[in-house]
Amino acid sequence: MLRKSRFPGILTWIVLIFLYLPILLLIVNSFNLARTGGHWGGFTFQWYEKLFKAREIWFAFRNTLLVAFVATFASTVLGTTAACALHRYKSKIQDMHYVLVYSPLIVPEILTGISLLLFFVALRVELGLGTVIFAHITFCVSYVAMAVLSRLQDFDNTIIEAAHDLGANTWQTTWKVLVPCIFPGILSGAMLAFTLSVDDFVISFFVAGPGSTTLPIHIYSMIRRGSLPLINALSTILLAITFLVILAGQILSHKHKK
Amino acid sequence: MKRTSRNTIREGFLTVPSFAWLTLFFLIPTLIIFAIAFKPAAIDGSIGEGWTWRTLLSLKNPNYPEIIWRTIWLSLTCTFATICISIPVAYYIARCSEKLRNFVLFLTILPFWTSFLIRIFAWKEVLHPDGFLKQALVWLHLVAPDTLLLYRPEAVLLVMIYTELPFAILPLYAAAEKFDFTLMEAAMDLGASRLRAFWSVFIPGIKAGLVSACLMVLIPSFGSYVIPDVVGGIGSQMIGNVIAQKTFTDRNLPAASALAAVLILCTLLPLLYFLKGKKGEDGREPKPAKEVV
Repeated sequence: MLRKSRFPGILTWIVLIFLYLPILLLIVNSFNLARTGGHWGGFTFQWYEKLFKAREIWFAFRNTLLVAFVATFASTVLGTTAACALHRYKSKIQDMHYVLVYSPLIVPEILTGISLLLFFVALRVELGLGTVIFAHITFCVSYVAMAVLSRLQDFDNTIIEAAHDLGANTWQTTWKVLVPCIFPGILSGAMLAFTLSVDDFVISFFVAGPGSTTLPIHIYSMIRRGSLPLINALSTILLAITFLVILAGQILSHKHKK
Repeated sequence: MKRTSRNTIREGFLTVPSFAWLTLFFLIPTLIIFAIAFKPAAIDGSIGEGWTWRTLLSLKNPNYPEIIWRTIWLSLTCTFATICISIPVAYYIARCSEKLRNFVLFLTILPFWTSFLIRIFAWKEVLHPDGFLKQALVWLHLVAPDTLLLYRPEAVLLVMIYTELPFAILPLYAAAEKFDFTLMEAAMDLGASRLRAFWSVFIPGIKAGLVSACLMVLIPSFGSYVIPDVVGGIGSQMIGNVIAQKTFTDRNLPAASALAAVLILCTLLPLLYFLKGKKGEDGREPKPAKEVV
């Protein structure tokens, strides 16, 4: 038995503390009466109250949800068909298809943002919620495709053949055999697309027009204008929502396994 | 014959939507960057008529070499530091008990799901002149009360490492998990020290994970924009900041696209290398076509 060194373990816990300490401080400070986080000025809900009264935030929140739902739906459809094609067919076209699906995952966000902005400007498309939705679908497709593809790799193709031998047509095999089998992959891809869309700042910032401010764009302008305690409160709410969604996802996937 | 054509139709039905979408909204826009770099800027902020070399010549701006150089060294230092920290972490996660492993992995993945902007903003508060960290450091007499922790390249580097750590830990863990740790025992039985076994057996054993972790960190680092914008100052601008400045402040899209073209070239080399390696790894090419139906 290899004698264990303590160093990797200690370092791992330091890294985890490093990862979570700023977030924890932010949550604590959202209840801090003092404007700057340096000292504790007493417990308060005042930042949350102010937050709920800010109308622009609700407007941005509505935009974010609208974009996220449309982008998630469209990219889930496109990503799932892409994954099925990549999994099922091997050809020169699929090799190109794979590069097309894979590249957006690696290209830095700012390049995706500026290239789409130039594209829309060159075509004289007016910037607004529509362009934000198009941009979000584009980067979400690849993530959904990868999630579904990884599920398809464990999928036994002979099940489809069996279904056909038993007299099912293509429509039936697709909806009654294939889709239920890869559903966990589709679901995790859709969840990923949704969170990425809700979180995205850089790409949205480039292609958003007047009236299409999303929540991250609004948070960014708040960071710039310097209303720090309000961002703390908003961030805490968003973190809470994220954690709840992940918890729900974990519970769902556990149920599915059983 | 009929079967083949039906198969083609089916392949087309599954391929065309995403293929067309990504060609239209990813490939063409990327190529447009190179085209617009040769266009003049119009006064109203749109793209001018005709073609010109002048936009590319504007890259000779005396500030740019410094900014490009800073982008490269910050990205490389960030990658190196992130990888150095992540290797022992991946080693630890791969070796600990299954229950603990799932818990630590969960904690590592969780930041992925939280807003990038919020995590960066959290650091702005930590490093704030009135913030907790500054006070602790002053109290410990480690820094003078008038030292600024924010708005300097070191702050940018720290936050870059912070955001990139999970992206390095996960591929390294995936490689370490497949590594056969009895090989290290064998090396030590044969007289190697623990450090020697780690360096000469474990590190080569996770080479594939190392390569993908390096690229997962390096390529997004080149494109950093929000981090230098929020926690950095004028002296810590990166290429991404200049692209944004040209786009939003100067309204000079051709200049922005010339800089974006430089950034693409910076990332293209590692990207091509990665895709080439990736293909061999998946065995996508050699696999014979296995078609159903």
